[in-house]
Formats: sequence, C-alpha cells, structure tokens
Amino acid sequence: MSVTVTDPNLETFVLNLGPQHPATHGVLRVKLVMDGEYIVSAEPVLGYIHRMQEKMGENRTYAQFLPNPPRLDYLSALSYNLGYVMAVERAAGIEVPERAEYIRVICTELNRVASHLLWHGAFILDLGGFTPLLYAFDDREQILDLLESVTGARLTYCYFRFGGVYNDVDDDFLAGAKAFVKRMRERLPMYHDLVTNNIILIKRLKDIGFISAEMCRKYGATGPVLRGSGVAYDVRKAEPYSVYSEFDFDIPSYPEGDSYARYRVRMDEIAESLRIIEQACDKIPDGPVRAKVPKTLKPPPGDYYHAVEAARGEFGVRIVSDGTTKAYRMKLRSPSYSNLSLFGEACEGMLLADALALMGSLDLVIPEIDR
Amino acid sequence: MSEPGRLLAFLIGIIAFAALNAAYLVWVERKGAGHFQRRIGPKEVGPYGLLQPIADGIKLMTKQLIVPEGADAVLFKMAPIMVMVPAIVSFVTIPFAEGLQARNINIGLLMIFAFASVAVLGILIGGWGSRNKYGVISAARVVSQNIAYEVPMLLTVITVVMITRTFDLNAIVNQQMGGFWHWNVFRLTASPLMPVAFLIFFVCMLAETNRAPFDMAEAESELIAGAFTEYSGMGFGVFFMGEYANIVIGACVATILFLGGWDCPLGFLPGVHWFLIKMYLIIFTVVWVRWTFVRTQFYNLLNLSWKILIPISMFNLILTSALLKVF
Repeated sequence: MSVTVTDPNLETFVLNLGPQHPATHGVLRVKLVMDGEYIVSAEPVLGYIHRMQEKMGENRTYAQFLPNPPRLDYLSALSYNLGYVMAVERAAGIEVPERAEYIRVICTELNRVASHLLWHGAFILDLGGFTPLLYAFDDREQILDLLESVTGARLTYCYFRFGGVYNDVDDDFLAGAKAFVKRMRERLPMYHDLVTNNIILIKRLKDIGFISAEMCRKYGATGPVLRGSGVAYDVRKAEPYSVYSEFDFDIPSYPEGDSYARYRVRMDEIAESLRIIEQACDKIPDGPVRAKVPKTLKPPPGDYYHAVEAARGEFGVRIVSDGTTKAYRMKLRSPSYSNLSLFGEACEGMLLADALALMGSLDLVIPEIDR
Repeated sequence: MSEPGRLLAFLIGIIAFAALNAAYLVWVERKGAGHFQRRIGPKEVGPYGLLQPIADGIKLMTKQLIVPEGADAVLFKMAPIMVMVPAIVSFVTIPFAEGLQARNINIGLLMIFAFASVAVLGILIGGWGSRNKYGVISAARVVSQNIAYEVPMLLTVITVVMITRTFDLNAIVNQQMGGFWHWNVFRLTASPLMPVAFLIFFVCMLAETNRAPFDMAEAESELIAGAFTEYSGMGFGVFFMGEYANIVIGACVATILFLGGWDCPLGFLPGVHWFLIKMYLIIFTVVWVRWTFVRTQFYNLLNLSWKILIPISMFNLILTSALLKVF
C-alpha cells in the first residue's frame, strides 16, 4: 500500500508500531502513516510467526494433526479443538455419544469465559488500567484449575477426540463448574461497578472506534466485533452444532458499533456462557463418552466444512478429502484474521490512543492470524 | 553553625531525602500496587522486599548508558539532569517544621513553581533529543498537558496567596496553626470553595507530575515509554528519581498550602512528624489513584482542564477576592 500525500500542508511520518510493542500483544506489526497524533492510514504487516499450520494438516494423518488447531488460539483452545474434531466427524460420519457432547459444551464454554476474562484484563491494560487484569486472572485461575483436572493441560488443551472426549468427567468437575458459575455471578457485578461504569473508561470507549455492520460484512468479521455492530449472528444459534440447540441462551448484540459496544458484548457473553454451563451441568446424561472409531480414518472423498463459534468469532475448518488417511486440502478459517483486516479502514483519522483502544476491542490473538 | 556550613548540611540532607524518597516510593508503589491487585509485591530481596530499591539501583547503575545513533547527545544526556536538579532545588525552601528549612525565602512559593516548570523542559528535550518518534509525540503531549494544567493550578495558588497575603511558606503555615479548622482547606470564611480548590490542586498536581490517570507522557500501551523510551541505565534512573522527587514536592506544597504544614491536629507528636504524615498520605492517594483508574484520552484531558478546572478556579478566585473586599 502506498500513500500519496497530495496536500502539501499535510506533514506525515511513518510510525512503526511493533512487532515489539506493548499494545500489540504479540508480534503484530502495524505501519501507521501519521499526521501528528492522527492516523492517516494503517497497514497491518503479518507473517512474523507463520507456521504453515494448513500445510501441516495436509501432510499428517487426521489424528496426528489433532493437537495443532488448539495451538492457533492459545486462549480459547478448546473451541479450535472442537471445530477440527467436528469437521473430521462430519467427513467420516462419526456419531458422538450425548454425554460427550455435553462435556464438550461445558468445557468449551468454560474456556470461552476464561478467554473473555483474559481479554477483559488485557483490554483495560491497553487503556492504562493495571488492576483489573489481576482480578480477571484470579477468576480465570479457577477455570484453568477446573480444566486442568479433566484435560491435564492449562493452556493448549487437546481434550476432544474423534467420536467423543479423551476421558469422562467426574462429579467433582461438575460440582466445581457449578461453584464457578455461582462465584462468577457474584463477581460480575463487581466488574461492572469498578470498570464498566467508570466514567473515564466510558469516555475512552463510547462513540470511538466505530465499525459498521457493512464494514464487518466486507471484511468477514465475526464474533463480538460483528455483534457489537448490531448483528446478532452467532454460529451457536444460526447453525446449532453439538447440543447447543437444547439450551436457553441469548446472543447479546449492541447496535452502536463503538468500542464500548464490543466491550459490553463480551461482558454479556460471559453471563450467557455461565447460563449454558449451568444448564449443561444439570442436564448432562449418563453414558459412554467415546464412540467406536477406527484407528486410521479414511473419510470418503468429498468437500466438508464445519464452523464453530470460538471466543473471537467463527472458526471454520474445510477438509477436502481424497479418500486417503491425509487431507488433500485443509483450510482453517480463523476469526482474528478477518477482524484485523478491518483495522486499517476503521482507524483512519483516529488518534493513536483511540486506535489502540479499537485494536484492543478486536481481541486479537496473533498466532491465530498468522497460523 | 556558620551559615555556609548550615546550607551544606541541608544540601546533603535534601539530596539524601530526595534520593531516599525516590527509591522507597518505588517500593511503596510496587508494594501498594501488589496489595491493590491481590498479590504480595516485592518480597525476595530483604524483609518485605525492603532492599529491592537498592538492588534496582545497583542494576541501573551498572547498566551501560547508550546514546542512540543520530540522537542529540548533549540534549539526551542533559535531559535527566534537568528533571532532577529543579526538584532538588525546590526542596531548599520547603519548611518541614519550625526551623527545619534550608533557607526561608520570602517568595518561596513562586520559586517552587518557577522550578517546577523547568522539569517539563527536561522531558521535552529528552523526548526530542532521543530521536525517537514515540519520544517526540510524548514531548509534544507533555508540553500541551503542562501548559493546560499550570493555569488552574496557579489560579488556585493565587487564591491561597490572596487569603494568606504572602508568598513566604513559613508564614503561610504559621497562619494555619492551632487546630485543623484553621487549615486553609477548611477556611470556609475566606472562600466556601476551599475544599474544591484543594481538589483542583490535587488533580493538577497529578497532571503536572505525569501521574496516572494523566500519564500521557509515558503511556506505555501507546508510546512504549514515551520520552524515556531510549534511555537505559542511570539515564532512566535519574528521570525516575526526578519524577518521584516532583511528586514529593507536589505533596509538600499541598500540605503547606492546604493542610497546615506541620500543625498537629491531635495534640501528640508535634513537629515534623505531622508534616511527613500528611505528605505521605497525599502520596499514598497518588499511588492509589494510579492503580485504580484507566488512562484518560488526550483530548479529554485538555477538555477537563480548559472547560472544567479553569472556569471553576477562576470563579473561586473572583469569589475569594470579592469576599476579601467585602469583609
């Protein structure tokens, strides 16, 4: 992208934001053409941690590739695990026992809450407030302990298997999940008191960083970014997968399209996820947690796609099978990539500080963008 | 003791006081932040982490002072000193207690504000001289921020001076002796807006010393470290010390102007103790504010000053002068 400065009075300079910068949360680099503190244009530069995940998916058997998708987004790893596993199940025609579906939902929603909590802390950190991060980590820690007890990992979970989950959960886990729901419901009003309703925060976010639904459509932005622009689109409701159709939950959306709307969407989603976890813990049936699946999977030739709602938006896996043990083509559609794409257009003419607040409200995870 | 000897003793004392405060306020800041954030804070080096500032100091002193290529070396090296020296000089006229003052100057208050403005110049040339774009943005921010906040601050100070009729800090404190209802902050007969004036002074002090939520100059999520980005080792250390010394000066002035200096409200521990208690309470509040609020946005910051603080302090000034004329 070249910037032609036609106005001779406009004195611009290029500011290199990143790849090492406190606000980019990883190795994202943004080339900013600035006029004073105002941004004339912005161009994200990607590829610093590209690992060729899709190519890896084409060179390994389906089971061998299983640990990779959770590595894309280390914060909501289970959604990625779920998306890949469900795509392969659709391709190979595997039926999943109902208990396993419930366990998947509980774990994925817990992971979503953990991801949103970390985003909450990091976002306020971007705005210059340090303390909420530690409170959010305190709550997130409870989820990590719970998930550690069933998955054995604290960050890059790989718990779901083709046809079910790795092993069954015990009553302690379900009781722990319920206790967490209770605890988090008591903590959420405190978050709103101390952070959401803080006047400085509202002044920083309200009417700033506008993203229209049209802009989301153009760049393919999904998740809280889209819902913050007034479109109540969520894969869990639009194309219910797993057992999501059995639960009563709402899709929060705010029409304002500013950074504050995206903030409130995520805070409301925490509450909605808690509702799902509570219902799933009550309804979970007994039974097997893993279907009989052949050792080597050979899906029939064809083109398969499955999308799930990850914490940052729609995560889709497209598998083109040629009937062998390895995929002919493995396409991973990750939400942050599309969400970042609109940053350049959305931040034009904004102040540097506001643009970084906008970037924080997009909730970017860089390994997922670079894949 | 002879006069030069006395001044030398005070000079050493003041430098020691400023350096000790700078070192241990960092500890207070980190320990305080730790407890605000439900963690412990420094605890490894010495009991309660009390030797942490010494370890930090040794680390900073042993680091190489790198002057970036293409930077203006003279300005770059001069900037930290220009922040530190005015702060130390300002201590000369601060009366900590009856007789505990290096030199009583009858325009002491004026002198402190004159020197406080030099510190801004230090940050400006530091940001400019380091040849870093983030530094230049930071320098530009610092200047407009300090101009915006010096106006309401000085308007408030003029109000106090009109009531006390003197620039002499010793005399200002002596007028407030004899119980907390004599303190300027509660002197409602002179102006019913005195508590508001104190609040304005406190907010301006936060802004003048570049403390959160007004830490535009070193907004680390936007400007990395702003004007201090390129500084390493003691270059950064001196900036840091100068910043804390400025906070101490600000808290001292607030104590003297509004809280009665060393006047003892409860009848025990008279003298310098009460000055220090009040001063450290203000500093604690400054730390508390930093770890509670998010940073303001630059234009909100200027709007707060020009649209709210300046009109209120102007009104207070007019009200006070009218009341003085009437009574």
